[in-house]
Amino acid sequence: MRRAEFVTAIILALLSVYLMWKSGEGPEWDTEYVHWSNISVNIDGSGPGKGFWPFYLALGMLISCIWIIINAIRKQSPPSQSDEPFMDGYAAKMLLFVGGGLIAFLVLIDMISMYAAIAVFMLYYMLFLGRHPLLLSIVTCLVVPFWLYLFFDIMMTKVQPKGTRWIEDTIYNPAGEFFRSQSLIMIAVFFAISGAILALSARASRQ
Amino acid sequence: MEIWDALYQGIWIALQPHNLGLAVIGVVVGLFVGALPGLGSVNGVAILLPFTFVINSMTADPASPMIFLAAIYYGAMYGGAISSITLGIPGASTAVATTFDGRPMALKGDADRALVTAAIASFIGGTVATVFFTGFAPFLSSVALDFGNPEIFALMLLAFATFIGLGGDDIPKTLFSICFGLLLATVGFDQISGEPRLVFMNEREQTALLTTLGVADAEASVPFFDSVGWFSRGIQFLVLAIGVYGIGEMIWTINASRYKITMTETQISFMRIMRGIVGMKDAWKGTTIGSLLGFFVGILPAAGATPGSLMSYGVTKMTSRNPKSYGQGNPDGVAAPEAANNSASTGAMLPMMTLGIPGSPTTAVLLAGMVIWGLEPGPRLFEDRPEFVWPLIGSFYISNIIAVLVNLAFIPLFLWVLRMPFTILAPVIFVLSIVGTYAAYDNMFDVWLMVLFGIGAYLLRILDYPLAPAVLAVVLGATAEEKLRQALLLSDGNFEVFYNPFFDRDGKGQEWWIAPVTTWIAIILIAMPIILWLFRKVRGQHNEA
Repeated sequence: MRRAEFVTAIILALLSVYLMWKSGEGPEWDTEYVHWSNISVNIDGSGPGKGFWPFYLALGMLISCIWIIINAIRKQSPPSQSDEPFMDGYAAKMLLFVGGGLIAFLVLIDMISMYAAIAVFMLYYMLFLGRHPLLLSIVTCLVVPFWLYLFFDIMMTKVQPKGTRWIEDTIYNPAGEFFRSQSLIMIAVFFAISGAILALSARASRQ
Repeated sequence: MEIWDALYQGIWIALQPHNLGLAVIGVVVGLFVGALPGLGSVNGVAILLPFTFVINSMTADPASPMIFLAAIYYGAMYGGAISSITLGIPGASTAVATTFDGRPMALKGDADRALVTAAIASFIGGTVATVFFTGFAPFLSSVALDFGNPEIFALMLLAFATFIGLGGDDIPKTLFSICFGLLLATVGFDQISGEPRLVFMNEREQTALLTTLGVADAEASVPFFDSVGWFSRGIQFLVLAIGVYGIGEMIWTINASRYKITMTETQISFMRIMRGIVGMKDAWKGTTIGSLLGFFVGILPAAGATPGSLMSYGVTKMTSRNPKSYGQGNPDGVAAPEAANNSASTGAMLPMMTLGIPGSPTTAVLLAGMVIWGLEPGPRLFEDRPEFVWPLIGSFYISNIIAVLVNLAFIPLFLWVLRMPFTILAPVIFVLSIVGTYAAYDNMFDVWLMVLFGIGAYLLRILDYPLAPAVLAVVLGATAEEKLRQALLLSDGNFEVFYNPFFDRDGKGQEWWIAPVTTWIAIILIAMPIILWLFRKVRGQHNEA
């Protein structure tokens, strides 16, 4: 844990220095701008420049990081006193599987649409990480995105990404036309039917 | 009399079917969110904030989305006790103290009594605080009307200083968290000069990067990283809040619980509930202390419900004739933190509504929501938008009643839900976080940023970096900078405007005390750890001598 405390503080200190440098930058179009000239408290009587506040905040971050490093050297913070690893085997594996799954989820949104990506992610999580029965996993990964689709795209018209043009034209446009022509009661019926199927599959899986 | 009329009108509007319906849904959602381990009011409010854009557009009533979110806040305070008592795991940090005596009561077979005590104490705490809120809020907002830029900035400084002086976390890490949050709020276009800053890449560079990655020409209906400008749009508050509280906390909980949670079974019936209500006579002291102390701790910036509940538990135990019974299943030990966390949650709304300074991370999210809906929290809110303020206060009373009734009536249902495997709940939370962020901002760049913030927050949390100050700082960042720069502009760059009461601000020789007093309190709070360290050192030397 102590090494992680050091490494993190050093990375954050470097980030702070970079942000201090960036704060002193002028606008791209101003070729005569001199670096750091916008961090002053009072520029030509017009108050602090645009870099003033972020510069001193980044400086505050840098000072904090140095303080954290000193505390770590003197073993005064709990992580620097701890002999435990930053992440044990379980935590590292879990971060890899959950974090990796989330990143893959985001990549899939662009390719196969938000709702299909949700289905794939749920299936991955329930089958691979949760070890749930196949029937329950499949039904859940179909019902949850269906509910979200009805709620966001149909009821609230908050349209989510639809993947490639082909997927949008072939699946979502006809589906959208169908569901938007239904009454609110029918939408509620769709919610209820899919919920009942989910409950039945949960019961069947338990048995 | 004016307040009573306004309150009466407010309660009447809060009782309108659409607002009442939203309050019921909000309370139920809040109870679930609060009961589920790893999720608290802030997670629920942050994840569900994007949904309120829809509520706002459907009802055209500015109070409706806020009534919904405030009801979640209330419900979560009630719900936290359910998992504390039956699972031994606090549903949220605000219910940590409830575990101390709630869990032993459950293990002794008194889970039903503990649950009822928690519900009734929560109701009393919430109601007492709402009465205080009704009395204090109009007065405080009328005082705050005279505040100028230096005063408002000084108050914000005080809010952050409280984190350092009283937060109890590692000081340099707290300071880092505050500065980082404030800095995130500066990304995008400068409000005063209108120039871009900290945007990292211009559009030409972005296109070059996407081309290198091979995703620039993807044939998608919504292209990869579709937003124009990326960081020049600024870092949206919800992106950080959902990242920290939706993704980061969930990963943290998965790692901490390792999917292994065992539950104490309990039977709830009408007779058992009645028995619990009669048993409240053994918990009056904890309820009273929690209700009063919770409210005043809740008002303090950066304090909120968690320290409120822990302090109330401590004070109740300290003043007890039998302190040894605490930790063994004393009903007062359940009532005190539960009354306090509900009372503090209402108390934390007071500075948020009247001064525009949130008292807790949850109220920071609520404040950000108000800004998104076109409201300006602060002293003028009571004068300019009474049609928003009073129905909201009215809804506090209504939501409290709904929460206690729903809580008592549906305890078996909540217990059933708590049996839901975490491996189903976790992906649902992840999915809601991602869909909600996209729904709020309509671009994938913010979704990517949210997930990266979440993973980063998890890693920083392992090393004890407090993240609540960063969330609060992102909310207050833009206003803090604006007030600081305007104050410095008026004083020709002289910082005395903040700390010297005799500084001639307006050329009339007038004395200004509020900003200097607030600033000096903030400075003392910031210096508090050093003062305490010196004090301990001197005392140590004295003892050695």
